[in-house]
Amino acid sequence: MPKGLVIVDKERCKGCGLCIEACPFGVLDFSSEYNASGYRVVHMAHPEKCTGCAVCANVCPDVALEIYREESSVRGAA
Amino acid sequence: MSVEVAVPKGYTRVFSKPRALSDAGFTYCPGCHHGIITRLVAEAIDELGILERTVGIAPVGCAVFLDRFFNCDFVQAAHGRACAVATGIKRARPDLVVFTYQGDGDLAAIGTAETVHAANRGENITVIFVNNGIYGMTGGEMAPTTLPGQRTTTTPAGREPRLHGYPLKISEMLAQLDGPAYITRQAVFDHPHIVKAKRAILKAFRNQLDGKGFSLVEILSTCPTNWRMSPAEAGRWVAEEVTEVFPLGDLKDVG
Repeated sequence: MPKGLVIVDKERCKGCGLCIEACPFGVLDFSSEYNASGYRVVHMAHPEKCTGCAVCANVCPDVALEIYREESSVRGAA
Repeated sequence: MSVEVAVPKGYTRVFSKPRALSDAGFTYCPGCHHGIITRLVAEAIDELGILERTVGIAPVGCAVFLDRFFNCDFVQAAHGRACAVATGIKRARPDLVVFTYQGDGDLAAIGTAETVHAANRGENITVIFVNNGIYGMTGGEMAPTTLPGQRTTTTPAGREPRLHGYPLKISEMLAQLDGPAYITRQAVFDHPHIVKAKRAILKAFRNQLDGKGFSLVEILSTCPTNWRMSPAEAGRWVAEEVTEVFPLGDLKDVG
């Protein structure tokens, strides 16, 4: 079970790629999917590397990313 | 339309859209830093618990549709006049939290007089000043804040200071006045700067709640579309070039 999860709101994503560049672990990449506006949306290409640090969500200009962290790792961090 | 996502089993949600934002998608271009700044303002409103008594003043420019994005009340001011509208609302209803959100074409060009005098009077309002050095919405014309040498649609050979003037440093100008309580310049081109910019926005709102007076947060932003750069290149250009002309940091803070 990966420590973190990134859930992409595909209709908000504009495929700018800032999250891909910002992720310290190379988790995200463009998917092969396009949304209704014609933007190529991001997805977790390497979910196993995700720590749920939320740096991607913080740089996303469209508030398209929701971040989840594994409960045990949240407690461990506290 | 966004749909409420069920929390996956065994996980805790650590980041989601602030309550102060509606479900409407932003109308900014892909990769524009406006969206980050809009979200930071919404997060600050959430954290201070002031959503029900906050009124925003929207500018003319790329942020003209702010009223759709936020769940609080909004007034859309005539071009450049946001600080004057905010002054009226705050004086009539001092119990409300009033902020303006303006670009450089709005605040630093047609609205210079309103901005300078609101600052000089020390009006107890919060101003978010988004500076991307260009007129974004109208097609990429030169703004007062355009860098020397920068190509725009009205300076195709680059801005020549002897012909077009020098970049207007609004924050430095306002910091000389006795009225303002807090003047700072921030940027959002990477995670650490976004965290700092958020802190500055929170402080600018807290100053208003504490009755300290005029607070302005200038935030260096991008315009990938009109700068003709990728979003990542535009961010690097802010970090390397724009901060040379517009250095980051606090210019005035009465504490």
